[in-house]
Amino acid sequence: MSFIRIENVWKEMGDQIVLENLNFEIAQRSFVMLVGPSGCGKTTFLRMLLGETSPTRGRILLEGEPLSAEPDAARGVVFQRYSVFPHLTALGNVMLGPELAQSRVWGKLFGAPRRALREQALALLDQVGLAEARDKYPAQMSGGMQQRLALAQALMRKPKILLLDEPFGALDPGIRTDIQSLMLNLWHETDLSVVMVTHDLAEAFRLGTRIIAFERRRDRPDEKARYGATIAKDIEIWPPRLAGRRDRNRPGRDDPAFDGAVPGRPALQLAGSPT
Amino acid sequence: MRLINVRPRRGQEFALRTLPFVLTAAAYLIFSALRLTENPADKLLPALGTMGEALRTLAFHADPRTGDYIFWTDSLASLQRLFLALGLATLIALVAGVAMGLLPVMGALLNAYVAVVSMAPPLALLPILFITLGLGEASKIALIVIGCTPVMIRDLTLRVSELPREQLLKAQTLGASSWQIALRVVLPQMLPRLIDALRLQLGPAWLFLIAAEAIASDSGLGYRIFLVRRYLSMDVILPYVAWITLLAFLSDAGLRWLQARAFPWFAAARAS
Repeated sequence: MSFIRIENVWKEMGDQIVLENLNFEIAQRSFVMLVGPSGCGKTTFLRMLLGETSPTRGRILLEGEPLSAEPDAARGVVFQRYSVFPHLTALGNVMLGPELAQSRVWGKLFGAPRRALREQALALLDQVGLAEARDKYPAQMSGGMQQRLALAQALMRKPKILLLDEPFGALDPGIRTDIQSLMLNLWHETDLSVVMVTHDLAEAFRLGTRIIAFERRRDRPDEKARYGATIAKDIEIWPPRLAGRRDRNRPGRDDPAFDGAVPGRPALQLAGSPT
Repeated sequence: MRLINVRPRRGQEFALRTLPFVLTAAAYLIFSALRLTENPADKLLPALGTMGEALRTLAFHADPRTGDYIFWTDSLASLQRLFLALGLATLIALVAGVAMGLLPVMGALLNAYVAVVSMAPPLALLPILFITLGLGEASKIALIVIGCTPVMIRDLTLRVSELPREQLLKAQTLGASSWQIALRVVLPQMLPRLIDALRLQLGPAWLFLIAAEAIASDSGLGYRIFLVRRYLSMDVILPYVAWITLLAFLSDAGLRWLQARAFPWFAAARAS
């Protein structure tokens, strides 16, 4: 049984076919990057995974079960903006998920459970580099800090999949590199599968285990509405990036892979190397 | 230099700010003095001393007939009506606004209805209220509630629907139920905005209060100024109007202070 299975999914909005005939599977613990030109439906696809909108035809299965038609705690999300709550401090934002889970009526914990949760939340804030900012409100933080906070907030609820909609797109290059490293670390350390939309190819290759490019096959104005985008490229990163096995089998990006670095894959033949 | 780039310095700004007040006061004093030299019995623009004397009588001398200190019983009666009514209006607006903004079903049910009802001129409803609720406190409070609530509901509904959709999605991915979203995400973000809505309704609320008191009452600031109008008692009316203005200004300032104090995140979040 595959982790996520996309079966014959079509998405239409009015007369416009946005996505057509998507069929693929996503393995557990993978880090899938969705790329493609603007308006190719990659964000629409992510929002279907999220449950904000549903496929016009076909279905999406998560661990064999059809996705529920509304967002739930199995799927965490970070958007480009507005992913954290402006009226809560950093600590409050991170504590919110577990508070909602444990206190169905008030959505707020008091006393000993609150103190225990606070410790957990502080540890996670520390892990994402926001220990100093725990009492700050989002409006007092930089864009990069807000996105770190959004990641922490989503991870606190331990989702099966983390959906990222261009989360680092609005950040300065230096900050973006930092938060990309953080994202990679979190993915290595947490039992997490990630699907991320980006328009930055370097980012896609830096983070992903697999890159899926969406594209419209036909883009002439007269036929544009009747043909949606579909998968144009489906690239497994080579050498494979394996969750939780950071750098052990992984040489530098431009180096050839070591022989037998990955079980089940043929060893890379280097020119001039003895066979 | 272009006018749009000319900024007053600190001292200048203070001077500019006080100027209109000083000019108004000066104009009053000049015209009052002119009229009084012509006719010392003139009642239209009484001197400051005359007004002070009238106010002192009302505030510090018990009314021989009832034993009340009229100025204070008037203020208390009016403020009680006003705050009770605004409290009710705020509570209804909060519940209805959050429900209508957050739940599409409630929005579909009530949006058009509230939009129509808010167009009915409240003062035209006053006779109906007097007939159905009598001339007591209930009809006056009802007038203010009816006048202020629909506008506040519409404002708050808009504010709720302005919340970024991402926030509601994010809350759902954290496992929140509709109730929890209302309680932990929407409500706390609406409270400071509710204060804004309330501040804007202070003016209309005073208008409705004074209208209701003028027509049928036996106490209250509005009642008093319409009563003494018969005797051309500008020496009472003017201080009362100033007092009403001051009360309205102070409640506005108080609400602004509360907003800044209780919701420290709000100013920055609104700016971004």
